[in-house]
Amino acid sequence: MTGVVVVVAVLMAATAVGVWRRRRDGRLRAAPAAATGRPALDTLGVRPGEVTLVQFSAPVCAPCRATRRVLEQVTGDVPGVRLLEVDAERHLDAVRALDVWRTPTVLLVDGAGRVVRRAAGVPTRDELTAALRPLLARAGR
Amino acid sequence: MLLDPRAPRFAAAVTTVVLAAALITGAVPVLLAQAAVFALAAVNPSLGPYSLVWRVLVAPRLDPPSELEPAAPVRFAQLVGLVFTLLAIVGQLTGASVPALAATGAALAAAFLNVAFDLCLGCETYLALRRVTGRPVTARVPVGS
Repeated sequence: MTGVVVVVAVLMAATAVGVWRRRRDGRLRAAPAAATGRPALDTLGVRPGEVTLVQFSAPVCAPCRATRRVLEQVTGDVPGVRLLEVDAERHLDAVRALDVWRTPTVLLVDGAGRVVRRAAGVPTRDELTAALRPLLARAGR
Repeated sequence: MLLDPRAPRFAAAVTTVVLAAALITGAVPVLLAQAAVFALAAVNPSLGPYSLVWRVLVAPRLDPPSELEPAAPVRFAQLVGLVFTLLAIVGQLTGASVPALAATGAALAAAFLNVAFDLCLGCETYLALRRVTGRPVTARVPVGS
């Protein structure tokens, strides 16, 4: 009897988690002020003056491939954006400094080297494009 | 190695049913069998018994996959499933029934999320684990610098 209760409880809890995750996954959020760490971005190869999309990936990450495809489409839509994909495992310092907890995580970095927005999960093309245009306008392109 | 992404999801569906059966019946042999399945699939996902069923019985009736996915995430997820199932077996055999239920429940939740929401919990927690356990290389500074 206990087993049946556990099965029902687990399936209900997992459904709640799944629905909640599906709603949040890949949505762009404002980056917390603390996580705009300049030195960490420099070590990843973000160049000053360039609007950059930084994607944290890992070999054990199937959605990272889908994310990469979305970002490639976006850089096609919005010229002047640089795409930088880094292996999270090889940059654990930057992962900690920039408060990255899962792959894929995408950071939108403006020309001044600030993380303006971020998304955990596969972002949507439209939301990214809309967020990038004002950054590029500010960078004077 | 690349896989048809529908194969691991099918395997997760069977796993969900098997783990639910293990919880309801409390039978250790069911957990042992599932642990063996996880172990095989962790070595090579296409050798997993559920994947073989998929290849022989299901895949021939469907269209070929439109895209393939890398095997590494799938293998990692199977390894996570194996660890939880082994914990559940140890719990059952030593009479620690609450930890055993919790471990089986965790594995069931992960398999179910994979089937119903295409969400790979093992892959999600991988970086968090590495963050906590991995030693940052630049934290070591040479003496005298």
